[in-house]
Amino acid sequence: MSAVSLTNIVKQFGTFTAVHRMSLDIAQGSFVTLLGPSGCGKTTTLRMIAGLLDATEGEIAINGKRMNDVPIHKRNLGLVFQNYALFPHKTVAENIAFGLNYRNVSKEETQRKVADALELVQLPDLGARYPKELSGGQQQRIALARAIVIEPDVLLLDEPLSALDANLREDMRVELKRIQQRIGVTTVFVTHDQTEALAMSDQIIVMSKGRVEQVGSPEEVYNSPASEFVAQFLGASNILSGTSLGIQGDELGLQIIDFPRLVIPRSRAPQITGVGPAKLVIRAEKLHLVPKTAPADDRLAVAATVENVDYQGQSARYFLRVGNHALQAINMIEDHPFETGAQVSLRFRAKDCSALPGGTSHDAQ
Amino acid sequence: MMRTRLNLGWGAIRLYTILVYMFMFLPIAVVVLLSFNANQFGSFPMTGLSTRWFETLWQNETIMRAFRTSIVLGLLTAVISTTLGVLASLALVRYSVPGRNLITTLLIAPILVPEVVLAVALLLFLNFLQIGKSFTLLLMGHVIFTLPFVILVVQARLVSIKRDVEEAALSLGASPRQTFMSVTLPLLMPAVAAGGLFAFTISFDDITGTLFWKPGGIETVPTQIFSMLRNSISPEINALGTVIIALTVGLPLLGLALARRMNKTSGG
Repeated sequence: MSAVSLTNIVKQFGTFTAVHRMSLDIAQGSFVTLLGPSGCGKTTTLRMIAGLLDATEGEIAINGKRMNDVPIHKRNLGLVFQNYALFPHKTVAENIAFGLNYRNVSKEETQRKVADALELVQLPDLGARYPKELSGGQQQRIALARAIVIEPDVLLLDEPLSALDANLREDMRVELKRIQQRIGVTTVFVTHDQTEALAMSDQIIVMSKGRVEQVGSPEEVYNSPASEFVAQFLGASNILSGTSLGIQGDELGLQIIDFPRLVIPRSRAPQITGVGPAKLVIRAEKLHLVPKTAPADDRLAVAATVENVDYQGQSARYFLRVGNHALQAINMIEDHPFETGAQVSLRFRAKDCSALPGGTSHDAQ
Repeated sequence: MMRTRLNLGWGAIRLYTILVYMFMFLPIAVVVLLSFNANQFGSFPMTGLSTRWFETLWQNETIMRAFRTSIVLGLLTAVISTTLGVLASLALVRYSVPGRNLITTLLIAPILVPEVVLAVALLLFLNFLQIGKSFTLLLMGHVIFTLPFVILVVQARLVSIKRDVEEAALSLGASPRQTFMSVTLPLLMPAVAAGGLFAFTISFDDITGTLFWKPGGIETVPTQIFSMLRNSISPEINALGTVIIALTVGLPLLGLALARRMNKTSGG
């Protein structure tokens, strides 16, 4: 039985459709991320699960029970917000105990649970403080403790890391995942940050303009994007128009102008059915620059010109030209990067490429 | 050269400021000072310090009755105004009421309409309905006057309370009513207290509306002073003035101190 199941839900605000018909099953105990740019409908979806918004159509079920008409305070959910939303007039301990007060928990039991929750988020000594005496990271841990102490059926996280500093964000990411695994609560996480999504999720749901673009494991959405949007949104990808030469066994032939003929695994182009226009997708970090004079190796090679360099310390992002194509490559660098104007040889492997049907991209709709 | 001219300028500004303050506060200071005058005429020269006028004030039954009326009227006005004001603000800020802007404007309007006009209008309206003057009518009038102040203060505070905090309470199992009692209202408290205080002092001070609305036989402190002045200037009035000043200045200061203390412990 799914922990959360959405069946044909639609959300409309007036004439604007925020979420187009979508269905989704979230497995018990899994960590699922709704990923997409702002305005893609991910928060709207989360708020429908929470009961803060009513679905215009469709059914929302939690642990097999229909929830559409159950008000939020009877759904037993843990909710964590971007800006913590702690009660400023209550101490940390009172904040955490808040949900227990509405649950027939004895005083001693409450005290013990609050102490355990503080222990779990590694802030055992802060019970008597007020929220504004804590740092942002500490406040977010308390918010998390407050949400999980009630043993919710589902934990809903609405961009919980976005208000934190970059360094702190990475620590909290690890911490959040550790706590989630420890208590095993089904978690729905909303973010626009692909790094967070890739690092934490069992399953990622990529959304754009109110539609689900792809559902899959982090590896799947990263390595085999199902649409141009997914390819572009998760890291820098190069998308080149070309022609599919047809399928032979479990291989697919591709012809791109100015490139050598490519043969890629069939599994990397599940949507292509035969001969016709197609698009080659290759990630910026899978294109390696070597000096023009470097000896040939087992990789494919194509001559390129460096048009611009974005130096990033341990790596560099190159803007390249191959014939009429503008490409991006991100390479680790040892001493100093190639310079603007350099003639280089671009090396890559066919197995790192994937292909999408040409002409009908989702974004064009 | 530049320097002396600059100093002269600053000196002039300083002198001017002192004069403005004197203009504003000297009459009040005179009233307070004369209330301690032993002389039986409420004017200079002072012949000695005494609290005899406070004592006669205390023994003056009409004044004490007016004082009690004013206190009761002020308290009732404060309670009704804050209750209505909080409810109206909640509806206007938290729910999408049709015609929200129009309603807000109408609720704030009594500040803009001259008091006399409002006073006459309410009186004529009740006359039209054939309802006589009464204490209830007086109270209603005061509520209309003070409501805008309460709404302005409470609304401003309510806007600053994030919806997230209430949503968090709901998600933790508190019903909407429990959420209001345990989260929204405590966070709103400084504004509620300030609004109540405003309502009380405005009601306590009011004379124009009160003169129109009060039924015969009921006097508030301002109307009582007004009628006493028509006969003679008694030194008792100075004493009464001192008491009123102490109340109307002291109460808001007390409220401010309280609010600041609450803020210190509860955050805001």
